[in-house]
This record gives sequence, structure tokens and C-alpha cells, in this order.
Amino acid sequence: MTQAKKITTPLDIKEIINLRAGDFVNITGNIYAARDAAHKRIIELIKKGQKLPIEIKGQIIFYAGPTPAKPGYLCASVGPTTSYRMDPYTPPLLDLGLKGMIGKGFRSKEVIDSIKKNKAVYFAAVGGVAALIARSVKKSEVIAYEDLGAEAIHRYYVEDFPAIVVIDTDGNNLYETEPPKYKK
Amino acid sequence: MREIKANQIKDKIKELFLKANFYINQDLILRLKETLKEENSPIGKYVLQMIIENNQIASREEVPICQDTGLAVVFVEVGQEVYLIDGDFTEAINQGVKEAYQEGYLRKSVVDDPVFERKNTKTNTPAIIYTDIVPGDKIKLLVTPKGFGSENMSAIAMLKPADGEKGIIDFVVETVKKAGPNPCPPTIIGVGIGGTIDKAMVTAKKAIVRKVNQPNKNSKYAALEKEILTKINNLGIGPAGLGGNITSLAVHIDYLPTHIAGMPIAVNVCCHAARHAEGII
Repeated sequence: MTQAKKITTPLDIKEIINLRAGDFVNITGNIYAARDAAHKRIIELIKKGQKLPIEIKGQIIFYAGPTPAKPGYLCASVGPTTSYRMDPYTPPLLDLGLKGMIGKGFRSKEVIDSIKKNKAVYFAAVGGVAALIARSVKKSEVIAYEDLGAEAIHRYYVEDFPAIVVIDTDGNNLYETEPPKYKK
Repeated sequence: MREIKANQIKDKIKELFLKANFYINQDLILRLKETLKEENSPIGKYVLQMIIENNQIASREEVPICQDTGLAVVFVEVGQEVYLIDGDFTEAINQGVKEAYQEGYLRKSVVDDPVFERKNTKTNTPAIIYTDIVPGDKIKLLVTPKGFGSENMSAIAMLKPADGEKGIIDFVVETVKKAGPNPCPPTIIGVGIGGTIDKAMVTAKKAIVRKVNQPNKNSKYAALEKEILTKINNLGIGPAGLGGNITSLAVHIDYLPTHIAGMPIAVNVCCHAARHAEGII
């Protein structure tokens, strides 16, 4: 196993183009947890031309909704949700300068085309290892849509958040290249 | 007749949902450890190690294995000699779920209306409850918090009797193939064959909770489970869908009598965090 590359947010374009599908990364910095309902609201704001609750440029959105923090924990369990549900909302965010997404699972052709066009990266975190991933969260705050409960937008300051580059800026896709090697 | 108080059901449900969300059952832990030796992909091995470590952290610290603490599914077997007192059966179950999810810091993932408002009920209720009346004077509770990453990848088909064994194999393998990385492989595949369209899926769901080292008692179905598992693992999807030879940990088929004109088949996909707990009152 190769050493994980350390990257920091907001993502720098020079850093992004060096990331290749299959790279292990440790992410440090602020990332934003947002999922279905929060995406729906953000897209409505974009359509109306209104101010968004988070900075999009250079940022990473983590498709996730955490468990409520148990006493003594900033965040007890958080991990990726399946990304395809956010596909319809993603290209407009990439057009606004979103540079990274952390999730799990397939993306649509439209999203992959937009990733290439906008030079962004799709990372996978391992699904169902939420207690482990939560250990990289060092600060957590709800910054918008508190009424959505688990679906509110959380800003996490993470240190060495473990992820894998699945789709890089050229559209290389680990979900397409890796499984055929083990197909019988 | 034996009197059982509604509160006893509530307390047991609460206890079981907490247990299920923090502790993976031993059969699954052992199977996951075995897969470390069987997996050929370095990325796959890394993912399996993360899963094993995560399960250890969750049980040691009593934190949820997965942030999707699921829709609360409950299978109840009520002995026909039980006389329920001091409350309402369904309410007792829902109250137990509510207390587990609120007091145990589990995520509330239920919305009231699936199409329009989609407002979170904030209690993770209502639970999905299946009740059977059985001989005896006990109540058996089986709870299974079901995550939706895998639930969304499930599928059902009304096959023709002429489709036979091959039709079954092709449908299950195709369902897993289409799901790819989405349901958090390595998965457990519950398969229900026969009955009606609805009964087939409930059967598939209940089949998931069988211990992973226990094949179907009918040798023909046990052979079918084995063949499907091999074909699934030959797809190459691997742990987290990032390539490898461990895509599913087990295929569990349960079957039941059906109509002369049909062969319903339901596939209920479950992630590697196949959480469930049982208790008897």
C-alpha cells in the first residue's frame, strides 16, 4: 500500500491536478457535510440568485449526516452516504467552484463530465466505518439548516481524514478500472 | 395465559436497538476476519481492515457502527398464550425505538411523508413491524436497524416458472452487479423466493439475519446459495466497490410455497454492517 498523500482545504488547483484515481489521501482542513435536503435548498438559492450559506469555491462537500454527538464526543459516528442521490444537484455546484466531493458509489455521466470540465475530484470514503472516520473530526459546528436535524450542514475541521481518489480531473474512474482486474 | 406488560416490550426493544447499533454479531466478525486472508486486492484488504477496526471501536466505546442507524425494523413472534396488559403493543414498540434513538444518540432518519413534506419525525418512528402469532407464552423480538444505502439497491421480480434456477441466479447476480459500490460491500444478500410479491421481500429481509456460516437446510437451496455467492464474488466489485474478490459475505435464500403460475423473487441487499439483535420476554 502506497503512502497516503496529505492534502489541505481549500483545495489548490496545483494540488488537485496532481491527484490521480487510486491515490490514498489524508485530508486536513474544513469540509462541509451536506446531503439530500441541504443540497435541495442550496440549489433553490442558486436558482434565485441568493447568497449561499457556505463558501463553495475550492471547498470539499462530504455527503454525510452524522449521529447526534454523544456526551464527551464532538462527533461519534459519521461516514459517507451514497453519492448518486446528489448527482442532480452537483454540476451547478462544480460550476461555482466546488473542487471536491467525498461520498461513496457511482456518479452519473453528467457529474463526471462536469468534474472533468471544472477540474474537480471525487473522493470515496469507506462506507459503514463511521466510528473510525469520526476520529478525524476535530471541530464540528452546524452552520446552516439546523431544522433539518441530521441533514443540517455541518462544518468539520478534520485532520487526516482518510479517503481515496475515485474520479480525478481527467475522469479516470477507479470504480471502472479496478473491479475488472478481479473479475473471473 | 401469561401476562406481559407493554413496558416490558418497550424496555426490551430499547435494549435491542442499542445493542444492534453498537455491536456486530460474532459470526460476522469471524467471517470478516477470514476474508482478510481471502481478499487479493490491496485496496480491498485495506477496506476490510478498516471495517474490522471500526467494529472494534464501536463496541468498545458504544458508538454507532454506522451513522445510518437505520429504519427500525422489528419482527415479533407473539405466543398465543400471552395476554398483553397495561398498554398498546404497537405503541410500546415505537416508544422503545424512540427511547433507544433519543437516549442512545442514534440518528433519527425517518421522514413522515415520502413525497411532499419529508419532515423528520425526530424519533426514528414509526417502526416497521411484522407480527406472527405462534404457540407458547413468550414474545420473541428480532430487531434489525436497516440502512438505506443497501435498501435502495434491493430489487424484486415476478419470474416465470420456466425461468427456473438459472433465472434466479441471473436475477440475484445482476442486482448485485448493478448495485456496484453503492450498498457498502462486502454485502449480505437476502433472497426470498416464492409466496406473493410482498411476502417474498419480507422473507428476503428476514433471511439476512441468519448466521453467515449457516447454509439453507435444504441441500438444493444451500447449493444455490453457494453458486450465487461464487458468481457474485467473481464480479470483481470487491470491498467498498474498489475491486477485489470479496463482494458479498453470504447469500441467504429462504423459500416458501407459491402459486402454480409464478416464481416471485426478492433480493434485499444488506451492507457489511448487518445489524440485528434478538431477545425473548
